[in-house]
Amino acid sequence: MKKGIVLTAAVALLMGLAPFFLSLFHLNLFTEILILGIFSLSLNVLVGYTGMVSLGHAAFFGVGAYAAGIAAKEMSPNLLATLPIALIATIMVAAVIGMFCMKVSGFYFLMLTLAFSQMIYSFIHQSTDLTGGSNGLSGIPAPVAGGIDFSNPVLLFYFILGVFFSVYAGLSLLVHSPFGQVLVGIRENETRMRSMGYNTTRYKYASFIIAGALGGLAGSLYTSFNGFISPIDVYWTMSGSVLIMVIIGGAGTMAGPVLGAALIVILETIVSSYTHSWMMIIGIIFIIFVVFFPKGLTGIAQSIMHRMTRSKSGYKENHSKAVLKKNA
Amino acid sequence: MDMIGAQLVNGLSYGMMLFVITCGLALVFGILGVLNLAHGSLYMIGAYVTYSITVNSAQNFWMALIIAPIVVAILAFIIEMTLLRATYHLGHLSQVLLTFGLAYIFHDIAAIIWGSNVLSVALPPSLAGTTVLFDQSFPTYRLVVIGIGFLLAAGLWYVQEKTRWGAIIRAGLSDKEMISALGVNIKLVFTVVFVIGGFLAGLGGVIAAPVLGLYPIMEFQTLILALVVLVIGGLGSISGTFTAAILIGLVETFSKYLVPELSLFFVYGLMAVVLVVKPNGLLGKKVAA
Amino acid sequence: MKSEPILQVDGVAKSFGGLNILKNLTFDVRKGERIGIIGPNGAGKTTFYNLLAGDLDPSKGTIHYCGKNITSMPNYKRARTGIVRTFQKNNLLTELTVLENLLLVLQRKEGMGHIWFKRRHRKKYPSLFQKADELLHTWGLEQQTNKVVKSLSYGEQRQIEILLGIATEPNVLLLDEPTAGMSQAETDYIVDLLRKLPKSLTLMIIEHDLDVVFGLADRMIVLYNGEILVEGDPHLVRNDKRVNDIYIGQEADLSASS
Repeated sequence: MKKGIVLTAAVALLMGLAPFFLSLFHLNLFTEILILGIFSLSLNVLVGYTGMVSLGHAAFFGVGAYAAGIAAKEMSPNLLATLPIALIATIMVAAVIGMFCMKVSGFYFLMLTLAFSQMIYSFIHQSTDLTGGSNGLSGIPAPVAGGIDFSNPVLLFYFILGVFFSVYAGLSLLVHSPFGQVLVGIRENETRMRSMGYNTTRYKYASFIIAGALGGLAGSLYTSFNGFISPIDVYWTMSGSVLIMVIIGGAGTMAGPVLGAALIVILETIVSSYTHSWMMIIGIIFIIFVVFFPKGLTGIAQSIMHRMTRSKSGYKENHSKAVLKKNA
Repeated sequence: MDMIGAQLVNGLSYGMMLFVITCGLALVFGILGVLNLAHGSLYMIGAYVTYSITVNSAQNFWMALIIAPIVVAILAFIIEMTLLRATYHLGHLSQVLLTFGLAYIFHDIAAIIWGSNVLSVALPPSLAGTTVLFDQSFPTYRLVVIGIGFLLAAGLWYVQEKTRWGAIIRAGLSDKEMISALGVNIKLVFTVVFVIGGFLAGLGGVIAAPVLGLYPIMEFQTLILALVVLVIGGLGSISGTFTAAILIGLVETFSKYLVPELSLFFVYGLMAVVLVVKPNGLLGKKVAA
Repeated sequence: MKSEPILQVDGVAKSFGGLNILKNLTFDVRKGERIGIIGPNGAGKTTFYNLLAGDLDPSKGTIHYCGKNITSMPNYKRARTGIVRTFQKNNLLTELTVLENLLLVLQRKEGMGHIWFKRRHRKKYPSLFQKADELLHTWGLEQQTNKVVKSLSYGEQRQIEILLGIATEPNVLLLDEPTAGMSQAETDYIVDLLRKLPKSLTLMIIEHDLDVVFGLADRMIVLYNGEILVEGDPHLVRNDKRVNDIYIGQEADLSASS
């Protein structure tokens, strides 16, 4: 336990010092990882902890991004306005979509989330007056808050880092809380949870809305960071990418989705300077993980640690949550 | 009046294309329990192969009608034998993710071979003209597509109801354990069904190519529409898929004609309504996923 | 022991696509009764539990609990009001530890499911963990506390299946073949624990092991082809010719198959 705190503090310190040793290009890359890390953490609540595999999570990213972008353009670029507006918009959208999606499970859930996200996509794509249509929403002013101008990338980085840590800490607490343990119970065996007296539908709905809200948060940060948002970020390949991040990193763990996001972003940056066939590379990597490392990067790390500490008797086995192993 | 007739034919033919594409997906999902997210990619390859065959002579379209589905069926055979068969023990969810990875890979393979430009497939002269029906002229090819759709539906119905293979598939659609109870080699059934699914996807690609054209991400758009048809029609029901395909075909065509901005909205809205009123789809059995 | 009926089953029937699994069941259960339910395979015993626990809706008839109509009450609400079932096939959270399984039951009873931002830790919830420890001690499972359920033996998992039901502190406990697949020693141990359950608890047991069921029950219901064939005192049932013809004849098969 103590070791964990020391490690977390060291990682946090290293992240906090990043602007001092990273070039602007790499700092921006790092910021993008943090944003996509929040995004994949949000999906992980649903996929990793509640056992509901969604292929439509880009919908919330998009709603949050566009809501923040439109609010910044039309009203005020103040983060105290754009962030709450983005959050409220995504929560409302998640609440409506969730009502439909709670009626089904398994692959039906996957298909429904996919269809709803495509519905959001086509709305964004077709409402040219509001969203700029296929050209995207450009000219979004840089965010400000309390007299601070976040057009400075270092300041923006610190802001996003702060949000990232808050989300990470909050979710760590959440998944280990009595509520979070109910979600884990639903992932493992929903029938039994109902026999225990849990209204599992309500918990799943709550999980869906939490995941949606945090996905929207990630989207609004993305708008602030990029100053631009286009329908391609709402397309279902975005939902696919974030699902890939969660699974490659390790679903049902806290560090996994962040590692997954980091791996994908870094790989994409490196690979795309050599070839255009980025989707093929990611497809192959994804298949390798699904077949050979279903527990993701954290699973690999765990088994290495396990091998190293096998001789020590006090080692408490951390049963990796293999979401994939469950027959849907 | 003329416009309504024309749109009706357009909608019906579009619905029939959706039926050809979706029934392969539905068969694979029903029997293997795997939602093949690479089904759209197989469709796309069928369309691109058609392009390659017909690029020099539109007359070759007839050849493509046979060759392209077979090429895709062979591809499906390879996928089943190498990837799916080796991973049945991982569970259905993993296999779905696997097909998702495949969709990514095929996307780039198609881009490497055929590029990323919008392409079109020309029809042979005999299909390119118009046919007069009830004092109104319709594009001949649209009528042919409707014919092919009904023919395929009738053929599938016949196979399902009257042949031994059909009995196995029927049993498998309602209860997978029944297949092994019938004393059939289940691995063989899986392979055959997946290959049939691939063949139908390829056939859909050929038929749709002259109408819908070829462009990047075409496979994802088609896959999503096929999923919508699958959800609306309900699992384990070819007649449900048929009904839903026609319904979606008509709804999308008419809404595109009347309120072009909201056409996809109507399609997804229809799906939402169906799911609320009948969670198992129009003609589907109990959700077993 | 005369008291108001806690459960009233009135004309309950269930059919699946034209197949009548249960036909017109009617009977009352009084508070604190120990009811044994026997019958050959396919008699509809587990279906009957599904109806009582709300996992299925009856095609016909009504079920009253403490005078209240619960026929269409969803399963989780029934569990909350005190009708709790266990499963014929172990139905546990197999990737979690024994303690985690038990805590989920106990925290629901304490109404803690809505606590979002407080770690479920021994230091934060001492009484919850203490209660879990006590239960595990009573059931002789303290060695297994932190083991993942799927790593336990079948008999131990079976014990946890029953324990999860009892930990809910139900008013009516529906046990579905609690000792199925257990060794004789494990069976004796479980029967002993079941005997020690509070007298106020109403217990229904589906069981193939006739020694177990006759040892526990003070009333028997024999189901056959979806109907109540005989109902009453265990002695009467044991000596009933029809029961012997239908049920005991099959018992040989059952013991051979299990």
